[in-house]
This record gives sequence, structure tokens and C-alpha cells, in this order.
Amino acid sequence: MIALFIRDMRLAVRAGGGFGLGLAFFLIVTVLVPFGVGPDNALLARIAPGILWIGALLACLLSLDRIFALDYEDGSLDLLATAPLPLEAIVSIKALVHWITTGLPLVLATPLFGLLLNLPVEGYGAMVLSLLLGTPALSVVGTFGAALTVGIKRGGLLLSLLVLPLYVPTLIFGAEMARRAAEGLESGAAMLMLAGITCGTIALLPFASAAVLRVNLR
Amino acid sequence: MELSVTDLSIARGGIPVLQGVNFTLASGAALILRGPNGIGKTTLLRTIAGLQPPLRGGINLEREAMAYAAHSDGLKSTLTVTENLTFWAQVFGTGTIDAAMVAFDLLALADRPAGALSAGQKRRLGLARLLVTGRPIWVLDEPTVSLDVDAVALFVAAIRAHMQGGGSALIATHIDLGLTEAKVLDVGPFRARVTNYDNAQDDFDEAFL
Repeated sequence: MIALFIRDMRLAVRAGGGFGLGLAFFLIVTVLVPFGVGPDNALLARIAPGILWIGALLACLLSLDRIFALDYEDGSLDLLATAPLPLEAIVSIKALVHWITTGLPLVLATPLFGLLLNLPVEGYGAMVLSLLLGTPALSVVGTFGAALTVGIKRGGLLLSLLVLPLYVPTLIFGAEMARRAAEGLESGAAMLMLAGITCGTIALLPFASAAVLRVNLR
Repeated sequence: MELSVTDLSIARGGIPVLQGVNFTLASGAALILRGPNGIGKTTLLRTIAGLQPPLRGGINLEREAMAYAAHSDGLKSTLTVTENLTFWAQVFGTGTIDAAMVAFDLLALADRPAGALSAGQKRRLGLARLLVTGRPIWVLDEPTVSLDVDAVALFVAAIRAHMQGGGSALIATHIDLGLTEAKVLDVGPFRARVTNYDNAQDDFDEAFL
């Protein structure tokens, strides 16, 4: 499992791996929004948590189709499926690598991007925390979507259509938590729901992903 | 460690291609599968490798004893030869790649990215993966594609060494390997009769027809 983790991290940071792509996309979205809605500080402060969350969601989506597609094309997915590693472990590692290369950089960069959107000072901690709790679910759900669409040519669009509705609960509670904190309200309930959704997806979805992967490899 | 197949029927894309396949592969032996294109050699090997379920019949094989090599080598073009091979050695828990590097003459290419290799060199690296799996039963699909004469000789030498160590190999190929001790099985006579197509649909399918 560690070997697979190291290999996938290496592939991600080498040429063509797409590391940093999500982060750059996130930056562009947060820079474009003030141009679109105008330089109204009060308005920006109000919509900042929602914009940051939607930006993170789309940035995550960008790299999902690479999770299995490359391994499928060069045949290593077939070989991995016959290796001693269980497929459940393989999809979990893939989701973890996706989170480290996409989700974690977003979490770390959020304070900077919050500044661009005039996020209220009291909202920073909750904004970062909500993304930290929510983005693992985005990667795990996304891995499930990628497993569903592996082997389909140009499966990226179908993948987005399948995965985005599944992101709704995470988006609602994540953005709600950040918004309430930014307005100085109590945000504990939303945080617990967000953490619960993430824990639930991590516990259950790898089994579903491995099952659909088995069907898709036939 | 033995592989035996009894009354096996297999399908590709829902259409039966082979039926009633029987053979046994003892340890220390090799079996070469022959047959025209599209007869179902690859499907048979994928079924034996456990990548797809058979329609009917049994495969007696310990999954943990089998190493499968497909048409494609599963190489990562941005990783070097050593990194590619070390990864598989770690996945299979054997850890050492030196013998495999020597057996397929890869030492001179050790630090080259796999993307910069020629087709034949890639294939050699793909076959070297079999040695680092440390598994006794090799299931090989067209292993000699794009290999030159010398590389085929390396491959045959590796198979012989593997057989002497008690391992066995099931090989689908069109060329003459010069592996005289191997038995040959022509899968042509096992071609599935078209009338069988209706039987292959189960109740679930029929409910929608």
C-alpha cells in the first residue's frame, strides 16, 4: 500500500501529473468573482464562504478523471487488480493521493484567497476548518465517480454530472459552517454534520468503488 | 501448485466464445495456447486471472499463486525502469529486482524513464515484472510482441529457469518459441456454438426481453 502511495505521489508531481492544476484553477475562480460582481466589499464578504466552497468543489472535480483513467489506459489497473493488494485498498490510496495533491493545497491556500474575497476576519478559522473536514469527502466521492466511468472515452463530462449532485450535502454544510462563523453565529451543528458526512463516505464508499471497478474491468 | 480448468465456458461482451475447455497445467510445465484471432485466447486468460467471471465451469487455481501479464505492460512513462520494477516488487512483497534486471538485460537502461524506451525494451521491462512477483504460475498474453530474436531467447531462458524452479507458465502466442518441452493446446475446437447464445442469457436478462 505504501508502495502504491509513493508511486502515485511521484506520478502526480512529475511532468504531466497535474499537481497544482486545481490550486491554479481555484486562484483564477477567486480572482474572477470580484470582477464579475463588482468591487462591493460588503457583498463580497457575504458571498465569500460560498464562492470559496464552490471554487474548491470545481477545482477538485478538475482532476478526478485522472484517478483511474491513466492506469486503465496503460494496463496497470488490470495488473493491480491481480496483485495481492485488495481493490478496496487501491481505491482508498487513490482517494488519499487525490486529496493530498488537490484538497490539501486548497485548504492551505484558503486564507490567502479569503483575503481576495474580503472574507471577514472571524471567518478564517472556520473556513479553513470546514474545507479541511469537507474536502476528503470530495475526493472519496470523486473516486467513486471515477471508478464508475473508467473505461468510457471522454468520461470526464459524465463524471461531473454524476459526482456534482453527490457533492451537494458537503457543499451545503461546509458553506453553512463557514458562513455562520463569518457572521459571528454558532456553527457547531453544521460542523458536526460535515464531519459526519465525511466519515460516512470514507467508511462506506471505498467498498462501492472497488465493486464498480471490478465490474468495469470485465 | 497446479492449475486446472474443467468444462470452462467463457464470454466476451456477453457473447460466448469458448466452451468446454479442459486442461491441466502441472508445476514445472508450460502450456502454449494457440488459435486464430478472436477465438478467445485473451478472454480465457483474463478469466483465469480472475478479471472476469466464467459463464460455466471451474478454474482450480490459487489466486495468490498467479501472476498475469496482459497485452499492455502497465508501465508509467514518467518513472524510470528501476522505479517501475521496484514498485511491483514492493506490491508483491519480494523487494529485490536485481535478478530480473539481469535476466532481461535491463541494467544499461536502469535510470531511463520508461517513456523513452523502445517498444521491445518496454516489453522486456513488462516481462521482468513477472520475475519480481515471485509467483509460481505465470499467465501470459502474447508475451513476445515487439521482441527481437535475442529478446525472445532471453524470454525463453527465463521461462526455462522458472520451470526448473518448479514454476509453470500458460502462454498464448502465435510464434514458435522453440520451447520444445511445452505442450500445445489449440483452442479452435472449443469454439462456442452460436445456438448457445440463448442459453447464456439468464432469467434477469429474459425479464427485459
